[in-house]
Amino acid sequence: MSLFEARNVTKLFGSFKALDNVSVSVPEQCIYGLLGPNGAGKTTLIRIINQITGPDTGELLLNGRKLIPEDVMSIGYLPEERGLYRKMKVGEQALYFAQLKGLSRTEAMRRLKYWFKKLDMVDWWGKKVEELSKGMQQKVQFITTILHEPKLIIFDEPFTGFDPVNANTIKNEILFLRERGATIIFSTHNMGSVEELCNNITLINKGKTILEGSVDEIRRNWAANEYDIVFSGNVKIEGNGQYTVLKQEFDDERSTVRLKTTVSMGTNEILSNLIKSGTVVSFNQALPSMNEIFIRVVESKN
Amino acid sequence: MNKISVIIKREYVTRVRKKSFIIMTLLAPVLMAAMIVLPTLLMLNNDKQFKKIAVTGGGSVIYRNAITNTKDVEYVFLENANLNDLKNNYLKAGYYGILNISPELANTPNAIQLFSKKQPPIDLLEHIEGSLEKEIERQKLLGYNIKDLDDILKSIRTKVSVQTIKIDESGKATETSTGIAMAVAYIGGFLMYMLVFMFGAQVMRGVIEEKISRVVEVIVSSVKPVQLMMGKIVGIALVGLTQFLIWIFLTAAIVGIVKIVVFSKSNVTQVTQMIPQSVLSNNQVQASATVPSTNATQVNPQIAQFSKMLDNAMNQDWLLIITSFIFYFITGYLLYASVFAAIGSAVDSETETQQFMLPVTIPIILGLFVAMGTMQNPESSISFWFSMIPLTSPIVMMARIPFGVPYWQIILSMVIMIITFLAFVWMAAKVYRTGILMYGKKSSWKEMWKWLRYNG
Repeated sequence: MSLFEARNVTKLFGSFKALDNVSVSVPEQCIYGLLGPNGAGKTTLIRIINQITGPDTGELLLNGRKLIPEDVMSIGYLPEERGLYRKMKVGEQALYFAQLKGLSRTEAMRRLKYWFKKLDMVDWWGKKVEELSKGMQQKVQFITTILHEPKLIIFDEPFTGFDPVNANTIKNEILFLRERGATIIFSTHNMGSVEELCNNITLINKGKTILEGSVDEIRRNWAANEYDIVFSGNVKIEGNGQYTVLKQEFDDERSTVRLKTTVSMGTNEILSNLIKSGTVVSFNQALPSMNEIFIRVVESKN
Repeated sequence: MNKISVIIKREYVTRVRKKSFIIMTLLAPVLMAAMIVLPTLLMLNNDKQFKKIAVTGGGSVIYRNAITNTKDVEYVFLENANLNDLKNNYLKAGYYGILNISPELANTPNAIQLFSKKQPPIDLLEHIEGSLEKEIERQKLLGYNIKDLDDILKSIRTKVSVQTIKIDESGKATETSTGIAMAVAYIGGFLMYMLVFMFGAQVMRGVIEEKISRVVEVIVSSVKPVQLMMGKIVGIALVGLTQFLIWIFLTAAIVGIVKIVVFSKSNVTQVTQMIPQSVLSNNQVQASATVPSTNATQVNPQIAQFSKMLDNAMNQDWLLIITSFIFYFITGYLLYASVFAAIGSAVDSETETQQFMLPVTIPIILGLFVAMGTMQNPESSISFWFSMIPLTSPIVMMARIPFGVPYWQIILSMVIMIITFLAFVWMAAKVYRTGILMYGKKSSWKEMWKWLRYNG
């Protein structure tokens, strides 16, 4: 069952169609990638989910029933354009945001203490925001996003401004949140993190959905009968009528070969051909990266 | 509702805690009190040292009895002294100055000089000039050989002072003072202008701050944009109200303390207490044209005037003035603050606000000008219309009320005001909602008009 669903959402700004009949279905406890080039309409869709703006037509469902204003309490949102009050102290500010999400002061205090300790930020409590580095500010914002334990969390480019260590910490926290039952909508231009984190995606371009499904399925569907084979020792493979060799490398006592089959044939068939040439260490279908798929899909639509 | 109060609290607390707020709040009453107290102090203490003035020259014989001694000045007549000797020695001899009167004074009015080291006070000069003018007049009249001249002169001497009395339809009369009405009108109008502009601009700066720091999108995912806007507007209004009340309280306290310290010294408190009585008796005896009671003549005339002013001030309809002030402050502030909030939401930096400020400032300045004109002519049709137009009515109406305004006009103006501010808040909220999330777009009135028509 899907936790969140948008059905046939259309949104106009004047005569500009920001969203054109977009439908999204986010299964429970999944990390859902919302992808698309700049200006595709992702932010508009996210703002509609957060009820910052309303759709012109279409339906929004949370837990199978219509979205209502009170639902902002069960949604957490980390926008791409985010910031904090520069002159305000970190602790006070975190308390303020928590109270805006409906937490009582004492409850917010209790949870903030836990999170500040967990992410190693206790010393920052009394500091003014302008004294913190960008990464530190991002951490504060991450905490304020999830403090009210929302069922649906929306992260828009959550890793910008983080060093690799902190980025990893945040990634683990995101995975941990899903473990504990949260559903996550994840919008980013970093396709590497999409492959790493997302279960499902929707790709939007110019206000329209152009690709959707599970990441594995999409990558398999876009795989172009290409295979990566690793041999031990220096092995040379020649192309024949059944396949062509795309590239070949020898390095560190291993040879890596990429083949593209030209006629329809099963993997066993290919393998039985290849083992004649040398010892096969590994055999994989070469899946295109999400990055490639993204570029190819968007360019084909333009 | 609960969320709005969280926002109001933040807006209020962060501002009230600022150093600049605390300094402004404490310093302004000192300045205001100084403005009120200093003139009074000057009035009471201006050069009240006892002075001796040497009178010499040929005219000093002729006018010997014309210049009388006053409480502070003694005139010593030295007809035979040499002017040059006097000039060299008058300070040593303890004189404040030398008055040299020529015998030809009656025909050449400027044949008289006062030599002194310091600039002589005005009332000293007025006393000398007045006494001499009167004496010369009398002597010239004597030349006409009129019988019983002195008696005639005494009986025709009259001093005119217009008493202004307001009469309402029921015939109830209250004594008023145009000066007081003007002062109240001026202060009311100007204060309104200052408060609305100052705190309206603060709303704008707050909105811009949230937009520039990108904090706004985080907040509007928890509360509705209109809640954020209203929370900010109300929070800042409370800051303004707090500051205003502290100002009034501190100013009153400082003035009160100074009054007790200074007035008790010069034993004036006792005097001021008798004033109302003497003023009353003054009014009664006017008809019979007898000399006013001795009490009144002893009273320092300036203090008497001051206390009469106070008396007249109390006759203003303060309840009406204060309730209207509060009403017009709240509605006027809401109206302008919402416009300021909309402008703040439409721009990406404070420098960009310039193009929007002019159209907003013009009605306020215009209102201020009309308010000034209103003090000259409260009944003019321009004052009437500007006290109905909601963009100027808070300022202009405050300037009109002390002169008396028919109730139907006040009520009409207030109704127009309420309708307009509701409309403005509604429109501002729509512009604001779109504007705060719009970055890097060249803002203009046209653009804002477009946002106004977007759907939620």
